[in-house]
Amino acid sequence: MTILNTLRVAVGVLCLSLAGLAFAQGNLEINTPAISALQQAMQQRHAQLAPMYGSGAVGLARDGTVAVRDASSVPLAQRGQLNALIAAENADRAALYREIARANGHPEWEAEVRTTFAKRWVERAQSGWWVQGAGGWTRK
Amino acid sequence: MSMSTKSAVIAVLVGATWLTGCVTINIYFPAAAAEKAADRIIDEVWQLRDDASPINGAQKEGEAK
Repeated sequence: MTILNTLRVAVGVLCLSLAGLAFAQGNLEINTPAISALQQAMQQRHAQLAPMYGSGAVGLARDGTVAVRDASSVPLAQRGQLNALIAAENADRAALYREIARANGHPEWEAEVRTTFAKRWVERAQSGWWVQGAGGWTRK
Repeated sequence: MSMSTKSAVIAVLVGATWLTGCVTINIYFPAAAAEKAADRIIDEVWQLRDDASPINGAQKEGEAK
């Protein structure tokens, strides 16, 4: 009976300490060189993207990417540049979601990280920007 | 197998199951933490912390009045 009790206590303590560990992980690791570099590149690109969001040429898609919504407001000569900008942004976003999942030891979290970001990009978009919901594009 | 050995074996099995359950907590996606991390990155990318955000600006103006 004493063995049983000792085991019970040991398991209980272990369980509590593990729960404590899980609890202590209130933050995800985002301070890695790879994540910082992506963040900085995206921040610099934002100077070019912000007017596009404002004009409605580019919108925030529901899959955590940015998408050309209405290219007609962009002069024909600049559309190639616009597409390159979008492609670069989406490549960085994909890498960001992947790196966050990896930095936290769970590469399989990538899709969930993407979903979380998609939701927050849309929720935090400035008024006047176009965002994609389940029913299509809407202007905030 | 004596009674106490049997009990001990059962206890270990129960404990192992319990522990697995506890460890599972770590495997679930931490949605709240991810949202916080997303917000911190969005703040940086969109420069929302240096009152570029109209919402923050409005709040600050409101407080000043």
